Amino acid sequence: MGSLAHTGSAMTAAFLASLVEAVEALTIVLAVATVRGWRPAGFGAIAGLMLLVLIVVALGPLLDQVPLHLLQLAIGILLLLFGMRWLRKAILRSAGVIPLHDEAMAFATETAELREKARRYDARADWLAALASFKAVLLEGLEVVFIVIALSTGRGLLVPASAGALAACLLVAGMGFVVRRPLARVPENTLKFAVGVMLAAFGIFWTGEGLGVAWPGADLSIVAFAALFLAVGRAAAALARCPSAETLP
Amino acid sequence: MSTVGAVLRELAGLFVEDGSLALEIVAVVVLAGISAALIPDVPLAAGAILLFGCLGVLLANVGCSRALARIKQREATFKS
Repeated sequence: MGSLAHTGSAMTAAFLASLVEAVEALTIVLAVATVRGWRPAGFGAIAGLMLLVLIVVALGPLLDQVPLHLLQLAIGILLLLFGMRWLRKAILRSAGVIPLHDEAMAFATETAELREKARRYDARADWLAALASFKAVLLEGLEVVFIVIALSTGRGLLVPASAGALAACLLVAGMGFVVRRPLARVPENTLKFAVGVMLAAFGIFWTGEGLGVAWPGADLSIVAFAALFLAVGRAAAALARCPSAETLP
Repeated sequence: MSTVGAVLRELAGLFVEDGSLALEIVAVVVLAGISAALIPDVPLAAGAILLFGCLGVLLANVGCSRALARIKQREATFKS
C-alpha cells in the first residue's frame, strides 16, 4: 500500500512537473519554428535532447557511489528548496501578488527577439534560432531530469518517474505539433501549485529519512505531508489575496 | 560561453530564487539535524521541527512578499 502510494505520487509529481517544463520549452521551440522554420527549431531541440541524454547517462551511475543516507539528505534538501520555491510562487500568483505566467506573451516576446536578431545578423539567423531552441530544451529538460532523479533515487522508482515525465513530454510535443501554437490554456499555476505541494512533501520525507526520522506510516506519511502543505498553501493564498493589491513586477 | 553561463544560472535558479526562503529552509534543516543529534531517542522531534518549520517559513515568506507588494503599491500611489 505504502509502496503503491509512493510509486503513484512519484509518477504523478514527475508527470505534472514535466508538463509545466515541457510547455515552457515548447513555447520557445514554436517561436523559433514560426520565425525561422522547423529545420533550425528541430535541430536545436534534438541537439538539446541528445545532450540531456548524455548528462543522464554520465551522471546516473555516479549516484550509486554515494551512500544512501547522504543521498536521501541531499536530495531531500534540494527537493525542499525546489518544491517550496514553486509553492511560494504559485501561492503569490494565485493571490495576485505577482502576475501569472503567460505563455502567449512569452511566445510573442521570444518571436519578437528572434525577428530582431534575424534582422541584425541575417547570415547567422538560423544558427541563432537553433541555439535558442537548444537552450530552451536543455534548460527546461534539466529541470525534468532533476525532478525524475530526485523522486526516484534510492527507492527504485526510476521507471515510474521517468514514465511520468516521458508521458508529459510526449503529450505536450504531440499537442504542440497538432495545434502549432503555444499551449496557453494549460493551467500552469494550478499545476505549479500541485507540483510544489508534492515536491515539498517528498522533500520533507527524504530529508527526515536522511536525518534518521522514522516517519509514522512510512511512505504513506508523504500523502499526509502533501495534504498539510496543500491546506497551508491554500490558506496562505487566501490570506495573501487582497482585492486592491497591485502586482509586483 | 553565454549558453554555459545561462545553464549555470538556470541550475542555481532551480533551487534559489528568493535567497531568504532558501536560507530559512536550510536553517530549519540544520535545526532539525541538531535536534536529531542531541535527542536521538525522540527522532520525531526532528521530523516535527522539519515539517512545521518549513510550513512556518513558507507562511512567513508569503506574508513578507505581500507586505512588500503593499509598500510598493503605496509608494507608487504616493509618487503619482
